[in-house]
Amino acid sequence: MQELLFYIFSALTLICGFLVVANPFTRNPVTSAMFLVLTIISMAGLFVLLNAFFLAAVQVMVYAGAVIVLFLFVIMLLDVKEVEKQHYNLFGVVLGLLGLLSVGGMLIKAILSSGVGEGLQPQLEGSTKDLGMKLFTDYVLPFEIMGVLLLVGMIGVILLSKKNLR
Amino acid sequence: MIGLEHYLIVSALLFSLGMMGVILRRNLIVIYMGLELMLNAANLALVSFSRFTDTIDGQVMVFFVITVAAAEVAVGLALIVALYRKRQTTEVGDLTSLKL
Repeated sequence: MQELLFYIFSALTLICGFLVVANPFTRNPVTSAMFLVLTIISMAGLFVLLNAFFLAAVQVMVYAGAVIVLFLFVIMLLDVKEVEKQHYNLFGVVLGLLGLLSVGGMLIKAILSSGVGEGLQPQLEGSTKDLGMKLFTDYVLPFEIMGVLLLVGMIGVILLSKKNLR
Repeated sequence: MIGLEHYLIVSALLFSLGMMGVILRRNLIVIYMGLELMLNAANLALVSFSRFTDTIDGQVMVFFVITVAAAEVAVGLALIVALYRKRQTTEVGDLTSLKL
């Protein structure tokens, strides 16, 4: 059952990920954003299979809920219509495929030849309680810094989106 | 039996798909989506390492990565909007001069 779910979720993730970056039927950014939602949700399924339930929930809420809405908001705001008419240029396609094959091949070769997973069993229970304990004891300083980072990001975005940027 | 390698290979493939998007596409917003795919691939690798080596630190790291990615997307999209106001384009091919 777990294996079947793994194959379903990873196939969904990879197919939707491919359709995000190189959809053969349309070049509309809204379609890409919608396939990104599907990628994120099937990745949340993989997180559930890895016993990371809290992260799966955060993934759906933050990515599918907030980040994609922000993307769609900007796409609608900018109203980029002329993008759809353009075709992929051949040089870009060849270069993209070359990059995909070389980087993907290199990473997979490295993973397979290093024998990184030999003799390892899935063992972490990964309850949300453990994660919270770790987050608020060992990692409390990075956690606070992350709060400051979000504040800085918010101020920066407000400043950047002012009409007369000086 | 699904091992660590399976998850890492999915992660590697997703990372290279994101990189292909950054190389292939000419629209800044879609390039950003490729970046998000690459961040997600790294997250998947971290969570699977965390699961298979019995340490929860990887999941804490993923939590931080998600937070930083959210802040990064907000700032990046604000930059794209500011750029669009000046130049009326989001295509990287049209953005060849440094002067606004």
